Amino acid sequence: MREIAVVGSAQSACLAANRRDDMAGILLPVIREALSGIPLDRDRVDFVCSGSHDFHEGRTFAYIDSLDAVGAWPPIAESHVEMDAAWAFYEAWSWLQLGHGDIALVYGIGRGSLPRDLDQVVPTQLDPYYLTPLRPHRDAIAGIQACALLQSGVTTEHEMARIVARSLADAQANPHAQVAGEYEVDELLAAPYVAAPLRGHDVSPVGDAASVVVLAAGDVARSLCERPAWVRGIDHRMDGHYPGSRDLTRAPSANLAAARATATAGFAASEVDIAELHIEYSAQEPLLVRELGLGAATAINPSGGPLAGRPTTAAGLIRIAEAAKGIRSGGARRALAHATNGQALQQNLVCLLEGDPA
Amino acid sequence: MSEPVAVIGIGQGKQAKRRETTIGAMVREAVAAAMADAELELGEVDAIVLSKTPDLFDGVMNPELYLADALGARGLPVTRVFTGGSVGGHAAIYGAHLIEAGLARRVLVAAYSKESEGNFTWALSRGLPFSAKLGAGAGGHFAPVIREYIRRSGAPEHIGWQVAVNHRLNALRNPYAHVHMPDITVEKVKESRMLWDPIRYLESCPSSDGAAAIVLAAASQAGNTARPPAWIHGMSFRTETGHFAGRDEVNPLAGAECAADAYRQAGIVDPAREIDVAELYIPYSWYEPMWLENIGLAPLHQGWKLVDDGTTRFGGSLPINPSGGVLSGNPTGATGLVRFLEAALQVRGMAGEHQVPGARRAIGHAMGGASQFHALWVVGDERPAT
Repeated sequence: MREIAVVGSAQSACLAANRRDDMAGILLPVIREALSGIPLDRDRVDFVCSGSHDFHEGRTFAYIDSLDAVGAWPPIAESHVEMDAAWAFYEAWSWLQLGHGDIALVYGIGRGSLPRDLDQVVPTQLDPYYLTPLRPHRDAIAGIQACALLQSGVTTEHEMARIVARSLADAQANPHAQVAGEYEVDELLAAPYVAAPLRGHDVSPVGDAASVVVLAAGDVARSLCERPAWVRGIDHRMDGHYPGSRDLTRAPSANLAAARATATAGFAASEVDIAELHIEYSAQEPLLVRELGLGAATAINPSGGPLAGRPTTAAGLIRIAEAAKGIRSGGARRALAHATNGQALQQNLVCLLEGDPA
Repeated sequence: MSEPVAVIGIGQGKQAKRRETTIGAMVREAVAAAMADAELELGEVDAIVLSKTPDLFDGVMNPELYLADALGARGLPVTRVFTGGSVGGHAAIYGAHLIEAGLARRVLVAAYSKESEGNFTWALSRGLPFSAKLGAGAGGHFAPVIREYIRRSGAPEHIGWQVAVNHRLNALRNPYAHVHMPDITVEKVKESRMLWDPIRYLESCPSSDGAAAIVLAAASQAGNTARPPAWIHGMSFRTETGHFAGRDEVNPLAGAECAADAYRQAGIVDPAREIDVAELYIPYSWYEPMWLENIGLAPLHQGWKLVDDGTTRFGGSLPINPSGGVLSGNPTGATGLVRFLEAALQVRGMAGEHQVPGARRAIGHAMGGASQFHALWVVGDERPAT
């Protein structure tokens, strides 16, 4: 396996809605910042990969406009996944494994604020014949999952509130966070339900932002970055679709992805210093901690995590960027990043990162 | 390439308006056929790549999630790639890359579109404020490009009609093609309704439902089947920006560079002589001469002459789209992969009625967006030297 590392990243502020900039306008300064921080000229990038969603943008080929920010001229080797950009990160990593180039740029851009009514958009992600026509609202299936997690004793409403309070407190140090602040657990528990047992703050706020990550191979990575965050293991897995046919208190695809990533990395999730988890709902954190096998000493979502801001299709890539940042800054030796797609953690990606010994 | 990669399984379903079946059933049909061709059980692959054009075309967001069971995907890595009409080509290449990179031994690439459940022209006509609400769809974009090709090349107007006839006659040999018109003539094409000048109705692709799938395998895994594989000799994808005054959409640089890169890998120096048959992404008839020139199968401004002298007909020396091509069936999410798999069928000698005799090297080609995404592979009947 070729040695590949995250050598740079940048993101725009998570905003509830960015009505000032178009897609390329949001993305361009983030690409510039990611490259200038290394520093690296854009023409040294060998491969570009991105993730976005047409349904959230409300128009076809939404990502074509983002290519204007990449500047695909002269023509470039480029690909796109209609998924969270964490999967674009995987594609870029696998492309670098081919040895056709040394540097890849990955971006995710989400503008979850664009749909007038997310409750019309989110159900289109379900089986179009049996589930979509029922029009479950955007948090309905997550509410059912949270309920199952409470009933099976995986978590409690009190623990969910503590997760929210911890995340939002941590987010105060994150300049990109959409929401942050000091909250008392009791104060949170007094809020009304939006999808029992989920309260408003248990739901990560959908918003607009872009994220860019730069990957480089071997010595090129070492020349660009003092402390590269090496991708030691990365894997992703899919589970069945129908919420009614799954045990919603489990996420077997997250478990399997972690096991496969561990097999390549040579270390397990239990050994990481920080873990950035793509939880869209607070109740999913204890479930993922169990499925991934995280230890008690691991700091979870020190950036505040998605509970402090969830730009659609960039949220998972931001987890990788944050985990890598922890290593590049010297704050962590090993880190885990997790990303998810679909309802109730149907599809999961796990990336294990490591810095060179100090 | 490091370890050669082979196409060991191919499956496709009828292209048509298939209101009687679900998306899942349509995809499962193609996947099951490809797995059977590869002599594998469902799920006996290491990874799955799903090819699909915009979700708005048929109204399901992230269809890979709903299709988990139809794809046999539980417990497997699944990626959904999307680059427009070229997506099937991109998906096949990404699948092959996973094998080349040593991340998988066998990969299933599946593709579909169910356009009868959506509204293609609506989805392609952007609403305000991004552009005027014309409802012009894809043809509205491509018509001026075609006019510019005609101006530059001086091609006579019957070329477009002749391509439409050639491809539709080819489709009669392909049971999976959507459009079967035994009585098509140049006269009929000429007299059909003008849609976007100079594109007439019978020079346009249909909007189809359809699914396709292939199984790719590392060379070490390709020997298990008695059915001959197709070997990938070269593959490439290229993108160029859409909005740029210096762009030449008649002869896009990304398409030319993509083809040149694939030929280089395949050791091809004179593609027009070394290629026996090509399946090209031709959604409107005039794109045959344009793409012949763009990917180096004809000299600049001369592509139309290969149509005129019969070179590109079924019995000609360089048959283009013996399957009937995009003009005879266009489930957009699958169309690119269909071009790629038809090329593989030809070199496997398994194309049935539309088999080009003695085809040993073939091109599968796809393009997408405003002709800005290009993907191409060269497949052959012989295992490439490593």
